[in-house]
Amino acid sequence: MASVFEYAPAPESRSVVDIAPSYGLFIDGEFTEAADGKVFKSISPSTEEVLSEVAQAGAEDVDRAVKAARKAFEKWSALPGSERAKYLFRIARIIQERSRELAVLETLDNGKPIKETRDTDLPLVAAHFFYYAGWADKLDHAGFGANPRPLGVAGQVIPWNFPLLMLAWKIAPALATGNTVVLKPAETTPLSALFFADICRQAGLPKGVVNILPGYGDAGAALVAHEDVNKVAFTGSTAVGKEIARTIAGTRKKLTLELGGKGANIVFDDAPIDQAVEGIVTGIFFNQGQVCCAGSRLLVQESIQDELLESLKRRLSTLRLGDPLDKNTDIGAINSAEQLARITALTEQGEAEGAERWSPACELPSSGYWFAPTLFTNVTQAHTIARDEIFGPVLSVLSFRTPDEAVAKANNSQYGLSAGIWTEKGSRILAVANKLRAGVVWSNTFNKFDPTSPFGGYKESGFGREGGRHGLEAYLDV
Amino acid sequence: MSDRLNVLKTYKLYVGGKFPRSESGRVYEVTTATSAAGAAGKGKWLANAPLASRKDARDAVVAARKAFGPWSGATAYNRGQILYRVAEMLEGRKEQFVREVAEAEGLSKSKAAVQVDAAIDRWVWYAGWTDKIAQVVGGGNPVAGPFFNLSTPEPTGVVVVLAPQESSFLGLVSVVAPVIATGNTAIVVTSEKSPLPALSLGEVLATSDLPGGVVNVLSGRTAEIATPLAAHQDVNAIDLAGADDVLAKELEIAAADNLKRVLRPQPVDYAETPGIERMTAFLETKTVWHPTGSLGASGSSY
Repeated sequence: MASVFEYAPAPESRSVVDIAPSYGLFIDGEFTEAADGKVFKSISPSTEEVLSEVAQAGAEDVDRAVKAARKAFEKWSALPGSERAKYLFRIARIIQERSRELAVLETLDNGKPIKETRDTDLPLVAAHFFYYAGWADKLDHAGFGANPRPLGVAGQVIPWNFPLLMLAWKIAPALATGNTVVLKPAETTPLSALFFADICRQAGLPKGVVNILPGYGDAGAALVAHEDVNKVAFTGSTAVGKEIARTIAGTRKKLTLELGGKGANIVFDDAPIDQAVEGIVTGIFFNQGQVCCAGSRLLVQESIQDELLESLKRRLSTLRLGDPLDKNTDIGAINSAEQLARITALTEQGEAEGAERWSPACELPSSGYWFAPTLFTNVTQAHTIARDEIFGPVLSVLSFRTPDEAVAKANNSQYGLSAGIWTEKGSRILAVANKLRAGVVWSNTFNKFDPTSPFGGYKESGFGREGGRHGLEAYLDV
Repeated sequence: MSDRLNVLKTYKLYVGGKFPRSESGRVYEVTTATSAAGAAGKGKWLANAPLASRKDARDAVVAARKAFGPWSGATAYNRGQILYRVAEMLEGRKEQFVREVAEAEGLSKSKAAVQVDAAIDRWVWYAGWTDKIAQVVGGGNPVAGPFFNLSTPEPTGVVVVLAPQESSFLGLVSVVAPVIATGNTAIVVTSEKSPLPALSLGEVLATSDLPGGVVNVLSGRTAEIATPLAAHQDVNAIDLAGADDVLAKELEIAAADNLKRVLRPQPVDYAETPGIERMTAFLETKTVWHPTGSLGASGSSY
């Protein structure tokens, strides 16, 4: 569809961020090369430009980092909570001060639109540190008994979809409760974690309290399996989550997992259509759908299906895909060639299994990794695209007639992370929310996050909660 | 006293509110604790207990799944009433349980009575928890936006409970009651060598208004029954209290296949008042966001 308005490019300036040509591992307060000297390149997925060369952690580096974290643990855990709090408040403030720089960096390394990193990721990152900072000297009142103790060294492995936000979700509660951490960022998005290492230095955080190990799955596996790690926290795929659960079986390691999802976004016939359309778009196209809690299954009541789909398609035609640094961009780049291949394969399977595919007219840039917003109709519950997490801008549309049918279909999934409900009827919201087997339910909204709000899944979406008072439990010996 | 011959009880499984024999037709001999039998090291025969099979385990999962909706949907007050009713029923059959516990654990009558009293009191304790835990572990979250945001605990689902091997009754009650208090349904694998108090508990539960399938009791070889249950795709969680370290590790690995919530074995003094950990281990937290709009402001959306 030809757009009514042409937009002039409105790119955010890259000059606010200075990316070094190379970065080391951050161990015991120092940047250092990998023991075997290995490096890998971090590229910008929107242009395939090499952003920097980063040291690649191996098992030996993991051991070194865990030793540093162990050494730092004694003093860090013995600090009065009020002192730990002040370090975290410092970190939160420095993140706020440097938020434009970090937003641009994150957009470059991840490919997501600047309006998301600027307006969602970075404010939430700072808020998360600010929130858990305040807990550090109030743990006696958190409902886990008097003087709850930290676990020790936390091994944390995070994904590439919200690199800095996932780091905040992991590191802030761990430090507030008195643990020290070794964190492995994803191999496609290591840069913001390395900038965070610099923030730790600016904040004067004692050496070894935070260690950052860029690397691949092998480094993550070594970290999880390391015998001197007391706590494992992982956000990522369900398959890897299961492997981690097997690895730590029979140990005393405490585990929390935040894994995949196939969120149902349920639209009833009395829903405000325009608001629902916005919510559906936010649900599946926020961060190119590379969100574990994405509303990737649209369940629409049969009587309004045609009307809703017409509105939705009209809205999708106005989404602007392109340069992630452009402030008008709605849809950025897919994070990696590998992820693009996965999305492509699953959508091809969707077509092959008989679902009907639709995308708005949408020109894709010639370099980088891109995928047009895609909608599948005629989808049944048996289709792969209704069952498997695609982790891309692909929405599968199913219909229902009764609220009971909506609930049954929503719950017919191995996952149980998120769900949405759109209706004007309050009692229906409460009744349906009550029956959904999902950890986060949004009524007449979608993809809202807050540091005070516990987040996490039912069933194979993982266990444990991040955020809020609940999020402390994962890092306390309780 | 009299020449009358006792009527012996045929101990049976308790599955879906009914008392089946093992579908396998197998039984095993249960004897008194060896410490009670003296230096000979051989206990006195007590009963032939059902030796539950994999099929019995699967049947129990079906029963527990079927019971989950109604039980988790019952009001917390109603669940509390029923758990209290269990304590009432047990109080009336105390002598029987004292005898069974004494024989099972090689205790004197008075020591066994302490165990049974504590077990009855434990049901009362958890009866009171059913309508309090949600306020203790849930609540409103002050999010930075126009939303009413509420976190509520919900039961995990079907929970397999490997009852402690040594504490055949107090330990058993201490691991089963917290699971069902919050709305889960349970498949209980009894102490392997001392299953009789657990099998008799099934008879009490059946007459305490507890809906069939909420608690299912299987006796037999712990490893044989627990292995298929730990791997079962329709089981949501497993309490490994009754597993040794080797078995516990195997079961935890199997449980990872569908990411069951796992409570690892740990030293517990069942005589002490428990905390809430055995309840929270099998609770999920659901957080619901509701827009609040803004009264009177221009562009109001309430």
